Amino acid sequence: MNTAETIPFKDVLLGHFEELLPSLSGDSKLRREAADYFREKGFPTKKWEDYKYVNPESILRKGLSFRNDKVRGVTENDLKEFTLVPNAATIILVNGKYVSHSKDLPKGVIIKDISDAIVSDDAAKKHYGKYALHSSDPFIALNTAMMNSGAFIHIDKNVKADRPVHIIHIANNEVSSFHQSRVLIVAEPGSEASVIESYESIGPVKTFTNALTEVYVGANAKLDHYRLQNEGEAGQQVNTSNAHVCGDALYNTYTFTLGGNFIRNNLNIVFSGKNGEAHLYGLYPMKNAQIVDNHTVVDHAVPNCMSNELYKGVIDGKASATFNGKIYVRPDAQKTNAFQTNRNILLSDDATINTKPQLEIYADDVKCSHGTSTGKVDEDAMFYLRARGIGEASARALLIRAFAGEVVEKVKIEELKNFIDKRIDEILK
Amino acid sequence: MITIKNLHASVEGKEILRGLNLEVKDGEVHAIMGPNGSGKSTLASVLAGKEEYEVTAGEILFNGKDLLDMSPEDRAREGIFLAFQYPVEIPGVSNINFLKTAINEIRTYRGLPPIEPKEFLAMVKEKQKLVELDGKLANRSVNEGFSGGEKKRNEIFQMAMLEPTLGILDETDSGLDIDALRIVANGVNKLRDKKRSFIVVTHYQRLLDYIVPDFVHVLYNGKIVKSGTKELALELEEKGYDWLKEAVL
Repeated sequence: MNTAETIPFKDVLLGHFEELLPSLSGDSKLRREAADYFREKGFPTKKWEDYKYVNPESILRKGLSFRNDKVRGVTENDLKEFTLVPNAATIILVNGKYVSHSKDLPKGVIIKDISDAIVSDDAAKKHYGKYALHSSDPFIALNTAMMNSGAFIHIDKNVKADRPVHIIHIANNEVSSFHQSRVLIVAEPGSEASVIESYESIGPVKTFTNALTEVYVGANAKLDHYRLQNEGEAGQQVNTSNAHVCGDALYNTYTFTLGGNFIRNNLNIVFSGKNGEAHLYGLYPMKNAQIVDNHTVVDHAVPNCMSNELYKGVIDGKASATFNGKIYVRPDAQKTNAFQTNRNILLSDDATINTKPQLEIYADDVKCSHGTSTGKVDEDAMFYLRARGIGEASARALLIRAFAGEVVEKVKIEELKNFIDKRIDEILK
Repeated sequence: MITIKNLHASVEGKEILRGLNLEVKDGEVHAIMGPNGSGKSTLASVLAGKEEYEVTAGEILFNGKDLLDMSPEDRAREGIFLAFQYPVEIPGVSNINFLKTAINEIRTYRGLPPIEPKEFLAMVKEKQKLVELDGKLANRSVNEGFSGGEKKRNEIFQMAMLEPTLGILDETDSGLDIDALRIVANGVNKLRDKKRSFIVVTHYQRLLDYIVPDFVHVLYNGKIVKSGTKELALELEEKGYDWLKEAVL
């Protein structure tokens, strides 16, 4: 008898895809191509260079349900807890599925369920699937094939959104399950906005989210994109965020991994016009047996762009972190400025970090640098603080907070900053 | 105040202090001089509780309590302050936040409530003047980007804020020009009183023109080989240390 245990999960997924396909919106040819790509490649294994240190396949091999049985309804109290910025317009997605959004939106901002938008909204149709190519990664392929809901955010030309938009992703399931979550953010030329994506979970059952966000930052637009991964100990996710940055645009990303037990982040940024600028900030305070892997790619495909990356980790317990930062400077991309820094503090002998900067530079008139460091809390600084009467634990906390503070202080929204500080203290106490 | 008896201390297995004896009474200023490598800075570090230094024999009583039994923070809470020869830069920790944390931990240890913010700020303002420290420096990260002179002034500012009963100055004069030296020494002199004692570790007599000691001791090869009053410092300045080394050998 064929049961879920004997059929490889990949085939179970593909079978499920065939069942779903007639009911899925949008371009079914695109979905089928994506499914074919996934069929060919399967889940990444340890043999794939980019998945050497973390292995989602080992989790997914066992198979997960796609049932959508809620642990319980999302309550007002949950939402209160998950609301991080009181004046933000919110969008609620549960297990990837669009539930609702605030009625009161910043002027010039449109929010829709993405499965509707890709058939009814011109901007969504124009940009959807353009920046996350299904032929570049099996998780993108799987998401493109199977996604059937999510969020579309449109910021109109020259609109300066007066408050942030906050997508609250909630994992909520009674059985171990696998979900596709999809977001498309289009910031039209000359617009300015802040978008927060936070990831929360309800209940102790392991869920696996395949989250994919495409971002278009139009010419001369400014977008701050915050990701706060705040799931409980059962949270697992592959989180891909692909951004397309046009000329004279500014794109800032902030990735705070504050929970979850298995997190793989793929952040890919491509410059498509001159004088684009991107800042990539990341912070991962970790403990227990958490696994967090940050893979970033910045592609300087055109001249005169600037990218600056700062990722920091504080790793305790048996937690294991990976940082892999690729920077490509294409042959035409003269006058590129690209900087990358990854710093880590290991708080225990069992904590690990794999850090790998990868710069591939094919232009000659560029300024590029990278640096990584890994160490313990500075003993000289510890003694200095203690010699002033500050106890060992508070001295350590002061130094760790200062180390993390270099990233936290980049956050421009005060309420988010306070929330992150509080979470860091909780994680590392 | 403090009594050091037959102190032996090693670092990385190498014995540096070899039977040091010293007694400092309330309100006294003792200068410890000596050639390079004689153990002066080791003494300062051992008193503050730096862990790399292993005490192999001897005892230190601080106001009747066994100092060697205490963690560095407890020594500070009991009233010991070490002005570092090389103050550490701590990016991301503001001077003010650092001092407030230190003062409140010391107060908690002594069973006192946290300092009132108003009182704290008034104190900062007053004590900054003591060492002519720019108000902006107080708000910056601890010692980060400070000049050599600013770092030393910041040490004395911290000392003024924490109000210790025993201040230990570890080569505070090193790297200071004459103006900075005068400012630092003035700051220390204003903190001198009948209850507060100082151990001033220095290689040169110069500092002692400004901070006039009650006693001068010469440390050589891990022991005090000669003690006297401030005139001894002048004699050392004139004759160097070699005559003492010969006398000891």
